[in-house]
Amino acid sequence: MLLKLSGRGLRALGEVSSRPFIGRISTDVAQRGPNEIWLARGGAGVPDGFRAYLLAGPRPVMPPRDSYALGPEFSYLSDGDVIRIEPDRGAVHAIYRRNSRTNSLLVTERCNNYCVMCSQPPKDRDDSWIIDDLLQAIPLMSPDTGEIGITGGEPSLLGPRLIELVRCLGQCLPATAVHILSNGRGFATGDLAKALAQLHHPDLMLGIPLYADVPEHHDYVVQARGAFDETIRGILNLKRHGVRVELRFVMHAETYEGLPAFARFVARNLLFVDHVALMGLELMGFARTNLDALWIDPLDYQRELREAVETLHRARLRVSIYNTPLCVLTPDLHPFARASISDWKNAYMDECDGCALRTQCGGFFASSTLRRSRGIARVRLG
Amino acid sequence: MTGLHARFRDRTAFAPRADYRLLPFRFIRLDDQRYVVTSDVGEHVVVSRDQLIAFARHELPVTGALYRELKAKHLVFDDDSRAALDLLAVKYRTRVAPVANLTGLHIFVVTLRCDHSCHYCQVSRQTEDKTRFDMARDHADKALALVFESPNPAIKIEFQGGEPLLNFGLVKHVVQEAERRNAVQRRDLQFVIASNLTHLDDEILNFAREHDIYFSTSLDGPEDLHNANRPLRGGNSYRAAVDGIARARAALGHEFVSALMTTTPASLPRVEDIIDEYVRLGFTSIFLRSLSPYGFAIRTRLIRGYDIADWLGFYQRGLAHILAVNRRGVQLREELTAIALQKMFAPLGSSYVDLQSPAGIAIGALVYNYNGKIYGSDEGRMLAEMGDDSFCLGSLDDRTFASVMTDDALQQILEDSLPESAPMCADCGFLPWCGADPTFHRATQNDIVGHKAFSAFCAKQMAVLRHLVTLLEDDPDARRVLMSWV
Ligand code: SF4
Ligand code: SF4
Repeated sequence: MLLKLSGRGLRALGEVSSRPFIGRISTDVAQRGPNEIWLARGGAGVPDGFRAYLLAGPRPVMPPRDSYALGPEFSYLSDGDVIRIEPDRGAVHAIYRRNSRTNSLLVTERCNNYCVMCSQPPKDRDDSWIIDDLLQAIPLMSPDTGEIGITGGEPSLLGPRLIELVRCLGQCLPATAVHILSNGRGFATGDLAKALAQLHHPDLMLGIPLYADVPEHHDYVVQARGAFDETIRGILNLKRHGVRVELRFVMHAETYEGLPAFARFVARNLLFVDHVALMGLELMGFARTNLDALWIDPLDYQRELREAVETLHRARLRVSIYNTPLCVLTPDLHPFARASISDWKNAYMDECDGCALRTQCGGFFASSTLRRSRGIARVRLG
Repeated sequence: MTGLHARFRDRTAFAPRADYRLLPFRFIRLDDQRYVVTSDVGEHVVVSRDQLIAFARHELPVTGALYRELKAKHLVFDDDSRAALDLLAVKYRTRVAPVANLTGLHIFVVTLRCDHSCHYCQVSRQTEDKTRFDMARDHADKALALVFESPNPAIKIEFQGGEPLLNFGLVKHVVQEAERRNAVQRRDLQFVIASNLTHLDDEILNFAREHDIYFSTSLDGPEDLHNANRPLRGGNSYRAAVDGIARARAALGHEFVSALMTTTPASLPRVEDIIDEYVRLGFTSIFLRSLSPYGFAIRTRLIRGYDIADWLGFYQRGLAHILAVNRRGVQLREELTAIALQKMFAPLGSSYVDLQSPAGIAIGALVYNYNGKIYGSDEGRMLAEMGDDSFCLGSLDDRTFASVMTDDALQQILEDSLPESAPMCADCGFLPWCGADPTFHRATQNDIVGHKAFSAFCAKQMAVLRHLVTLLEDDPDARRVLMSWV
C-alpha cells in the first residue's frame, strides 16, 4: 500500500488555531492533554481536554476549537502517531507513525551537494523551523520505536542543532536506533564529529554516500568540487571519535563501472567502517530529471556488483545490497540482499504474485514503475 | 549516452588540474617491458618504462586511466585530493601499529631429546639423559612470568623440541599454569605442540582436547621421501605421522592439526608428489620452505646440495601445481605466497615474524631454551647450537620482559633490521613486501644486515615477488585463486 504522508486532508469544522501545531493521535479519553489529538472512531461523543479533534461522521453541534474532518486518504492514522497540523492550509503531515518499522525525519532541505540522482532535491531556503517542530515531536514518540532515520537535505548543515536533536532522541527514546543520512562534509573540520561522539548515543549510525575511489568521479556525481576530500575527512573524523559509519553507494549508469575500484579502495583505506550498502536507484527527484542518463538495467551491472561484493566480503566488511529485487540478482548475491525499502514507498509488480521469494524480497520503490529491469520474473522453486 | 539535464555540470567540470604531485614511491624492474611501482604502504601499480618516466616527470595526462589508478593508490595527489595524505597516514599507522603489541609468540623448548635423527635437524639429541636436555620446571615458571609481562592481547605458546611429547609432564604444567594466570589476564591464549606425533597416546589427546591444543607436525611428502629425510630408529616415521594425524583429527577436530614440510635436495624434483600427498591427507595449507642454513644441515653440507635457482624452480612448479589443484575445486593455499599477498593487499600487512620491519626478533617471538637461555628467534637458538650465541638475550634466571626488550644488543639488531635503512633495500621497489632476516645474514655472511647483492634471502624474495606480480598481471585464472588467499 502506498501511503500519503502529507496533504490537504483537513476540513475545519469551526474555529481553528492561527499557527501550525504538533500533537499525538489518541483514541483514549484518559490520555487527554495539551499535546494529544483526539481521533474519533465512529460517532461517539467528543471528549474535552484535547489539543485538537479529527472527526469522522456528522459534524457535532458545537465542535470544540480545532476540530477537523479528516480525509479518507489519512484513515491510516492511528494511536501514537505524531502529526503536524497547518490550520490555515487545512494540511496534515504525518511526522511519525507508531506502527511503521522505519520513520524518517527530514531535518532540512538545504544541502551542499547537488547529486545527479538525488531523490529529495535540495531547496535553498531557511527551514530552521523544522528542527523546532521535531524537538517538540520527539518526546511524543513511543519509546518502543525500533529505529528513527534522520534525512535531508544535509543534516550536518544544522551544526549544533543537529547535536541538540540527537541528544533529544537519546534522552526521549534511549532504546531507539538512530540512523543519520549525511554526506559527511560537515564533519571534516571543527568539532561536530566530537560533539556527536560525546553524546554517547547508545545506537547511532551515520550513513555516508561515497561514489568512487578518486575525487573527480565522486565530485561529479555529487556536483561539488572538493566534496570527496571533505567526505573522506568527515568519515575519518567520525571514526576517530568512535561514531559508527556506514558507506552508501548508489548504483546507476554514471557510477556502476567504478564499483570494483570503489570496493578495492574501501577494503584498503576504510576497512574500519561498520557497513557498506550498495543501493539500487530510486527513480525520484533528480533521478527522474536525469532518467535517460542514469538508468541502467541492474542486470547489466551484475558483473561489477559481484566483484565489488566479493572484494568487500573478503575484506570482512559487512556488505548489503539494497533496493534491488531478488530476481535480478544472481543467486550467490541473494544472501547480501536486504528488504530495505520503507513501507510507504514499497510496491510489487504483477510478476510478484505467487513468487517464491516474495517474503524475502525488497520489491520495488513505488517510483520504479518508470523503468523496469528485463530480469523481473516470478521465481518458482523447483 | 544521453546527457544530464542542463542544470548539471558534466565530467569535465570536475577533472583534475594538470599539475600533480608525487607521493613517496619506489620502483623495480619486473621484466624487459615493465616496472613495479610501490607506495610506502605496499600498494602497487605495474607500468611500462615510458609510463614510469612520464609519471615521475609529472607528464602523465591527468584524465587517463593510469593517473586514476596512481591517484587511488596514493602514489600521486593533486588539489582535490589532499585527503590522500590523511589516508596514507592512517594506512601507515595501521600497518606498523601491531609492532607496539610486542611479543605474541612464545616458544618453549621443553626438551632437546628426540627419537628421530633427521638429516636436517639443527638441535635434537638422542639420549636417555633427562636431566641434561630437559627444561627445568623452575625455568618454565620463570618463562611464563615473562610471557604474561608481554602486552600483546593475543598470546600463542608453542612447544618445541626435540620432541616435546617426551617431556609431556612439563607441557601439561605450562598449559595449566598459563590458563590459571589467564583467568585473570584474559588474553586470547592459544597452545600449539610441534610434534612428530610418534608418542601420541590417549592421555595426551584427552588433555589436548580439554585445553584446545593445536598440533603442528612434520610431513615431508610421500612415504619414501619422508622416511629418507626423517629416519626413525626401529620405526617408520611416515606411518607414525599419518597415523598420528588421523588420531589427532578424530580426537580434536580436523582443523586442529597442521603440517610443515622441510625441503631437502631429495624434495626438489618431487614438488608435485609432495603437494598431492598433502591434498590426499586433507590439508588445506602447505608451506614450500627453503632449506635453512643452520645446524646439522650446514654441517653435513646438505645446504650446498642445491642453490637458490633449484629451489625457485621447485617453488614455481609447486605453485603452478597448487593453482591447478585449486582450479579442480580443492582448496589448498601455499603459505609463503599467502604471506606475500597479505603484504601486497591486506591493510594490516602480515604478522609473519620472519618478514617484518623491523625483524620479528624478540618483538615477534621469544624462545625459552631447555637450558633457561632466552633467544629472539628459533633460528637464533639454532645458530647458538652452531656456536654463535649472538642472538642470546640472557637467561630466564635474571631477566624480566622489560629487561629483554630494552637490551642494548637487541635494540641494535632491531635497528639494523629495518630494511628502510639497509643498503639496497632502502631503494628497492619490493621493500614494503619484504623484510629482514638478520639471523640468516649472520649465519651466511657473518653480518646482521648482509650484502643483499650476495644474499640468497634477497634473491629468493625478488624472484618470488616477480613471479607473483607476473602471475597477478598476466594470468586472470591464477589471480582469482591467489586473491582468495588474502
Ligand atoms: S518477482 Fe517480485 S517478489 Fe519475486 S523476486 Fe522478483 S521482484 Fe521480488
Ligand atoms: S632483501 Fe632484496 S628484495 Fe627484499 S627489500 Fe632488500 S633488496 Fe629488496
